[in-house]
Amino acid sequence: MRIDPAKCVACGNCTYVCPMGAIRIDPATRRATVQRDECVECYACYNGLSQEHLNPTFVRTVRSVFQALRLRFDPEPDVCPTAAFAPEELVWPRVVRRAFSDPRVPHESTGVHGRGTEEVKTNDVSGRVGPGEVGFTIEFGRPGVGVWFRDIQEMCWALARAGVAFEKKNPVTSLMTDVATGTIRADIMGEKVLSAIVEIKVPVARTEEIIGLVRDVEARLDTVIALGVGTRCDADGEDTVVGPILERLGYRLDRAKTNIGLGRVTNGIAS
Amino acid sequence: MTNTLHRYGPAESFRDDFIVFAIASKGRNDEGALEKLRRFLEMALTFGPVNLGDALHGGALRPSREMNPSSHWNRDTRPDFRAVIDGLDQPTTVAAVFDKRHSAEDFVKAVKEADLGLSINISTSVEGAEQCCHAAGIARHSVGYSLGFEGKTAKLPEEEVLLLSTMCGHGMISHALARKMLDWVKEGRRTPEQAACYLTRFCSCGVFNPARAVRLLKPD
Repeated sequence: MRIDPAKCVACGNCTYVCPMGAIRIDPATRRATVQRDECVECYACYNGLSQEHLNPTFVRTVRSVFQALRLRFDPEPDVCPTAAFAPEELVWPRVVRRAFSDPRVPHESTGVHGRGTEEVKTNDVSGRVGPGEVGFTIEFGRPGVGVWFRDIQEMCWALARAGVAFEKKNPVTSLMTDVATGTIRADIMGEKVLSAIVEIKVPVARTEEIIGLVRDVEARLDTVIALGVGTRCDADGEDTVVGPILERLGYRLDRAKTNIGLGRVTNGIAS
Repeated sequence: MTNTLHRYGPAESFRDDFIVFAIASKGRNDEGALEKLRRFLEMALTFGPVNLGDALHGGALRPSREMNPSSHWNRDTRPDFRAVIDGLDQPTTVAAVFDKRHSAEDFVKAVKEADLGLSINISTSVEGAEQCCHAAGIARHSVGYSLGFEGKTAKLPEEEVLLLSTMCGHGMISHALARKMLDWVKEGRRTPEQAACYLTRFCSCGVFNPARAVRLLKPD
């Protein structure tokens, strides 16, 4: 993403809306600028700000007059008054940033928008996590911190050494050159994304071991991790296995996503 | 949809936060899914949602590409649910957000009776989802727990900011904007309702809960 300096009036609205804090007003040019290294191409600025199409010279003049008179106009905070954002044509490997950061862009590997995964939310038709199994979603960079692929790599290597299986239909897995070792292609190690999810599945008996492993590795990474644990319920809709393990490990189970089991395979079946 | 899973806060803070979403699985039940997803959203309207959304086009409050300058004084802050339903043009995840448990319960009952064949999920507190399922006579199929945030948590902002910004799990609502809105409300520059609207427009899939945001934005 770039900001057209000919249009920018340095109102500063965009500096607040960037999830990575990658937009600053350059005091030398008195224009907003995007720090390319920190920008994750999430398009929150371009998609989220409403756009006026005012004449930049007019806006700057009005702002100067107001400044001279010590008056303050209190405009809407979610507006770019001159529509100054100019998306760039992204090429490899930078295009990876947008694929993992802009939720409106589907991941080519899975065709799924957002984080690119279905996790347990379609488990009633996919059977992705079966009885006696636990599915982990290890999400890096969330909320609002971001993550470099070199940090994701370290976790993937550690998981692979532990002999876990990576979910095949997952955007991170699709970028691995060697799934057995968890090795991600080297040319994206210098790319930063808003967040990315590594998905694995293990037998219930390994739940505590995997959580311990994640905790060990995350201590060495320069980001935050949001851990999700998915499991099948029994015939009565109860989880009497995984929830108690997590509580014993000290986790408070405040929030969950519950698949209520109304899905069924319908493709190829006449309605 | 981990974008609804990792909302920050204790279970009690989700008393006015119930997201019910529908999704088709590629290759399994995505044929004819568009009409079913549209029907899901139409049905939700009956139960008083505070937001509706689809993962491609956003929610019921959206930014404008051609904003009129007069909007600085008379901006429309009413959610446009019809735009969400009419704008749905391909299968994706669609969501209905409720701020009352009984509304979510009644909607889940209706969805069960409609038998759409799509996967339906509820994202709220563990207990809240259990209650919805119980009311509808449904046995939960699977559950995905949020274990919260770990690692370099020193990089995270203060609690009152996280409560707001994590309502967009895709990360489109920056911590800085959430903090700015909290400040503006405290300074009397905007009402909690206005501040919630600004935040809601940045959510790109419509799962942000403006009613909960208003509650969180109100000064103690």
